[in-house]
Amino acid sequence: MMGEARLTVPLEESDHVQGPAGVPLELVEYGDYQCTHCLRAYPIIKRLQQNLKSRLRFAYRNFPMTQQHPEALNAARAAEAAGLQGRFWQMHDMLFENQEYLDYESLLQYAAELRMDVNRFARDYRSQKVEDKIREDFESGVRSGVNGTPTFFINGLRYDGDWSFYSLFQVLQEVEAGTNV
Amino acid sequence: MSLLQKGTPAPSFKLHATPDQELSLEDFRGKNLVLVFYPADWSPVCGDELAVFNEVLPMIRRHNAELVAISVDGTWCHQAFKESRRFGFPLLSDFEPKGEVSRNYGIYREGDGESGRALYVIDGDGIIQWSYLSPVGINPGAEGILKALESIPVKEEV
Repeated sequence: MMGEARLTVPLEESDHVQGPAGVPLELVEYGDYQCTHCLRAYPIIKRLQQNLKSRLRFAYRNFPMTQQHPEALNAARAAEAAGLQGRFWQMHDMLFENQEYLDYESLLQYAAELRMDVNRFARDYRSQKVEDKIREDFESGVRSGVNGTPTFFINGLRYDGDWSFYSLFQVLQEVEAGTNV
Repeated sequence: MSLLQKGTPAPSFKLHATPDQELSLEDFRGKNLVLVFYPADWSPVCGDELAVFNEVLPMIRRHNAELVAISVDGTWCHQAFKESRRFGFPLLSDFEPKGEVSRNYGIYREGDGESGRALYVIDGDGIIQWSYLSPVGINPGAEGILKALESIPVKEEV
């Protein structure tokens, strides 16, 4: 179930990460805020985090499928712009929880609800810095063998199996125990 | 029959891209060409595979390359599929005689009557530079294609 594809760009400073470094399990998701499969994965990740607690480090990278999902890129911009005000994960959750409403007016409203400086948010949303971050995520995903959204990497290897809660939970436990080769 | 290997001249083909337009291997002379064989329009895995290639098209085109996808579906089916998914590349119909091009490329699945999930990178002289056959349920992603395109020496502009 672990594929031959590898994460070519390891987690770095600019990544959005939950959980401490140096823990046994690292899960990286390449996702798209307008993708319904990613929405399905969203509570599964939360449940994995609750169960594995500080043994799991989770990171999210952008892989907007812009032709299929016309609002995916704007949603990714909103999350990255929120990140510049320390609110990446709050916006990330907000976007998945309101997936039907990803138009610009809604994004501004989310920024306001998260008590962000909305003018700065609107500026950052259009900035080169945010655009570059999303493109770098996308390209690192392509170079790592991302083959659709969501794609997961467990400790640097692409996970090709079923990603229901129980399957992922079991695989993560096996990886931690060293019994999954 | 099996996957054709690097260094083999690519078998020529001429297939319908739309009900009234055909594309042939020779049309891509001087350009690198990525051929994506896939089992069927509308099936979930193919959809994702082609959607990823669609997003990666700008990265592919930086290498003087074009991409076309081939399955045994007919042109009307292809047309509807392409419009629905907003693909920016042609879908060719290996429809009549059914599967002939897929057979020539060694990846036709006789029992299923479909093309296998295979990728070919062909250089501007029509020589295969890279080929890959995926397990049917697994979507290959675009990394292998990009690596292959990067390894093709750039010809000097004439």
